[in-house]
This record gives sequence, structure tokens and C-alpha cells, in this order.
Amino acid sequence: MNLAIRDIRHSVGRFVLTTIGVGMLLMVVMGMGGIYRGLVDDALVVTRGVGADLWVVQRDTRGPFAEVSRLPRSMVDRVATVPGVRDAREFVFHTIQRTHRGKPLRMGVLGLGWPADTGEGLPLIAGRPLGKNHFEMIADETLGLALGERLRLGKEDYEVVGITRWMVTSGGDGIAAFTSRDAQAIQFDEPGESVRLEREARRGRAGEIDFGRTQPGVLELATGVSGAIAALPGPAISAVIARLSPGVEPDAVRRAFSGWGDVTVYTAAQQEELLLKGSVDRARRQILLFRVLLTIISAVIMALIIYTLTLDKLHPIALLKLIGAPNRTIVGLILQQSLIMGAIAYGVGYVIGLRVFPTFPRRVLVTGDDLLRLAGIVMLISVLASLLGIWKAMRVAPNEAIG
Amino acid sequence: MAEPLALETSGLTKVYGSGHTEVIAMRDASMRVRRGEVVALLGPSGAGKSTFLLCVGLINAPTRGRVTIGGRLMQDGSRSLGDLRRFRREHIGFVFQKSNLIPFLSAVENVQVVGELIGKSSSVAKRRAMELLDALGVGRRALNMPTQLSGGEQQRVTVARALANQPSLILADEPTAALDSVRGRQVMELFRDVAHRHGTGIIVVTHDHRALDVFDTIYEMEDGVLKPATPATTPPQRTATH
Repeated sequence: MNLAIRDIRHSVGRFVLTTIGVGMLLMVVMGMGGIYRGLVDDALVVTRGVGADLWVVQRDTRGPFAEVSRLPRSMVDRVATVPGVRDAREFVFHTIQRTHRGKPLRMGVLGLGWPADTGEGLPLIAGRPLGKNHFEMIADETLGLALGERLRLGKEDYEVVGITRWMVTSGGDGIAAFTSRDAQAIQFDEPGESVRLEREARRGRAGEIDFGRTQPGVLELATGVSGAIAALPGPAISAVIARLSPGVEPDAVRRAFSGWGDVTVYTAAQQEELLLKGSVDRARRQILLFRVLLTIISAVIMALIIYTLTLDKLHPIALLKLIGAPNRTIVGLILQQSLIMGAIAYGVGYVIGLRVFPTFPRRVLVTGDDLLRLAGIVMLISVLASLLGIWKAMRVAPNEAIG
Repeated sequence: MAEPLALETSGLTKVYGSGHTEVIAMRDASMRVRRGEVVALLGPSGAGKSTFLLCVGLINAPTRGRVTIGGRLMQDGSRSLGDLRRFRREHIGFVFQKSNLIPFLSAVENVQVVGELIGKSSSVAKRRAMELLDALGVGRRALNMPTQLSGGEQQRVTVARALANQPSLILADEPTAALDSVRGRQVMELFRDVAHRHGTGIIVVTHDHRALDVFDTIYEMEDGVLKPATPATTPPQRTATH
């Protein structure tokens, strides 16, 4: 006969309510872990999606995910010539906020190195990769855009041709992928008035120097498009991503860049590490501390509940001792109740979490390993929580059943 | 060879406190109970009756004296608490003033648990529990929880539990106090039947003088001193003659 189950059956209502309460607490612990995993996974989805072996970024910066990195487009060709590099592509990444359907729409703009990269490596759940050099985009589903929908960004309309899932920035904003040219057009878009004023300013500056006054063509050029003026740099890219030839060691190629004074080069692993230690690290540690606190709180609450349940059973425990029940029977009664409560609460937390987590604004990624680890922690908590009750039960004298 | 006594105590003394706070709750109490004998223990409140039962029941250790149950010397200070508890579950049954049933177990489970504690399988212990409940007239209430039973039914279940380990000794502390006179007498007669049928020695602490004719032997306790009852308070043929 299992005394623990008999006792639970006797006060099933209270046990169920208590267990649901503990379960919801464990769900929060589970959720915090899931938020952390989601944060890390979200942060890495782009870096992993583009399949780069090396990241070439502006000198002494930590790359486009940590801070502003600006490189000339010509860097792509320079990187491509390095021995061991199979191909090199430009990488553009920045965040914008626009208004869409009357609501703010914040998105990470990812520029793909068309035509080598059409977005096939992205986690598409509907539609297709980019098929044209211009005016197409692949949007994450969190942006709320539908396939075929057209979105005006800058002076152009972009059609949504593909939908991804869980492709978000480390800040949680959905990412939209464009060709790098379009991404730059969006990034450096200026209103017509601003362009006209800039051209007039250039004309004024050219007119103040001898060369401008003696060469009418220069004044004409100054009022034209910026791209036609050789002295002006083209739009910058954020980074150059390089894929290496099979069998080539990334660190070996990276050392080849050591003489380049204008760039810093990271391997994919280093870039991921920078990403996690930079923008995600503080959030990660904060979540970790919350998890630890919640775990301790869960243990304390469970201990108090088990202790209270034991206090309610002191008379039956004394009676059991009176009729000669060994200590292991009484310890088993309390310990099993605690373990049953922990196990059911864990299940309750898991089931509620399954329904609740998808409604969270950020991804809650609960992995099998994390679930197993938490199950172990819950069992440990259950054992620890029962110790107070067991201590109390051991102090009960059999003659207390008589009084 | 003569069958061992159900209980024999000699010089049983219990002292609480020490120095000027010392209280002698029981002094040189000696008693012999044969198998199948039903003994009444009378006395006013605070006379030391419960102290005697606690020492005999191996719950409290006496300050001095010896307790021998079923021929085995149990209380002489040499036994561990675990030994005493094991002996208690295998050889002693308890019935108390309040029914003292485990509230989260049904009637049959309250009896069954004793059988399982002494190592019987669940099915055997349950069968034995049902037999006892049937024999005591509460078989049809076997699946009821204690709160669903009347006072008399609860006390019968308690008696069944006390018998579940086939004890050589049953200790009952005012088992009829919560019952009316008719029910009280039924319980006392039940003890006599049990003692005679199972050969169990039974000591019943009681204030109820109306059912004293049920007992084979009567003791009195006053100010911690145990002695055979005097003819002034009880019928002479019922006083202790050991």
C-alpha cells in the first residue's frame, strides 16, 4: 500500500491546486531557460544562415552585429584574391523603423550578396529565395507581412517573395533580406529635397575654387548624381563574408590578413562568440540569475508546502510510529509525496508552457537537453524540499498519537 | 513446558524530572497477564495508568524495572528504539480512547497497513483485514473513510487493527470513553471474546465500573502504585490473584 498516494487521494483538491501552483512556477523557470536559448539562437540565425567562414569588418570594430562597420564595396574583390578564399560577398546589415498599416514596423535589413547568395540558406517556410536583383524581399513572419505583399521602403516598393521563421535580430526584431544593393538603397535613402540641397552645396563649393570656375563641366558634374563623381565614395557595406576552399584552415587564412591595416578578420566561431559576449551576454546573465532565483524560490515554496503537509500529518505519523512503522515508511511517505508533487508540477509546467510560450513576443526555445536538466533539478528540489518535513516527522514521538 | 505469560512486569518505576522537580509517576509496578486473560486497570486521573501502558507498550522507557512480553525481556534498557519499534509492530496491539484511525486510509486499509508493516503481501494483509472487520461486524463498512464511520464502528476498526498482527498483548486506554454505555459494553465484551478466542492478553484502562464483570482480573492504580483491586471497589472473585 502506498501511503503517499493514499494521503494525496485524501486531500486531492488541495494537492492539485498546490501542484498547479508549483507547476506554473516551474513553467516560468522553463520559460526563462527557453527565452535564453531563443535569444542565443536568434542571435546566431543570421551568422549561421549566411554560411561564412570568415568575417572581414572595419578595422578595430567587432562586426555589424555589435556596432557600425563600414567597408568600401571594393573590399569584396580584395578579399576574393586572398589564397584559400573560395568566394567573397558583401554583407549589409542595419536596422530601420517605418510605419506600416498605421503601426511602427521595426526590422533588421539584411543585404545578400546577389547573385551568389539568393537567401537559400535562410529558414524559409513559404515562398522562394530572391529571384531578381531588385525589389524583392524575404521577410520573417514576425514582421506580419504576407507573401506577395508590397512594402514601400525609401523610393521603391519591395515585394515579399519568401517568408522565414525565427529569423530575428538579437533585439527581437524580424529580419527582412534584400539584395545588398537594395539594402544599401534603403539604408542610404535620402529625401529629394535633401539630395537637391546637397547638390547645390556641392555646386557652391566647386564654384569657390579656381578649378570649378575655369572648368564649367565640373560645376555640371557637381550637380549630378553622386555615383558619377569619382572623388566620392560609393555606399559602404557592413562587412565582407568569405567562404574558404575545402580543407583550408580559417585561422591560417585569417593570418594572411594580418598585414591589412584597414580591416579586422574574424572566423565564424569568433564572430558568434563576439555576438554572444556582446549584445546577448548581459541579457543571458540576467536571465540566468532569474532562473537561479526562481529555482531557489521553487525549492523554498515546495519545502514549505511539504512541511505544511507534514504538519497536517503529525498525528497519523505518530500513530504509524506507535503501531511500529519503521522510519523508512515515514520518510518514504513524505519523500514520495514531494517527488510526486515535483513530477506532476513539472508535467503541468511543461503542458502549460507548450500552450503559453508560442504567444510570447520573443522566441522561447525549450530544448530536450534543457528539459532533461530541469527534470533533474526538479527531482533534486523535491528531495531537498522533503528534508524539512522529514526532519519534523522524525521528531514526532509515538505517544503523541495518544494525547 | 508452561506457555509464557503474555506480559510480566517487575519493579516498573517511572520518574520524571530530577531534584526538587522530581515526580514519581509509577512506583514498583508488577503485573502478570496470562494469554487469553483480560485485565482491567482502574484508577483516578493522574494515577499513572497511562504511564504504565506507555512503558508496557515499549513507547516510553521506564526509569527502573523490567518488562517481559511473550517470554521475551524487552524493557531493561538494552534494546534499541528500532528493536522496540519492530517488536511493537509484531507483538503488541493498541486501542485508545479516541479511535485513532489514520484519516487518509479507509477502514480496511487502516487494518491492512499493520499486516503490510510486518511483511505480509498486500493481498494477504487485505484478506486478513477483511476477515477481522467481518468478525467484528464492520465488514460492510470496509471501504468507508474514518469520518464516515460512527464512534462504535471506528472503535471496532481500531480493535481489528490491534489484532491484525496477531499480537500476544493488546493495550487499551479508556477505549469506551467516547461511547454510550451499550456500545461501551459491546466493546468490552469484544475484548473478552478476542482474548479468549486468540489467546491474547489484554489490559484495559477504564473508568467504566459498569462493565467490570467482563474482566478476568482487575488492578487498581493510585499515586503511581499498582495493586490488585480491593473487594470494597470490585467483586472479590475478580481481583488479581497472581
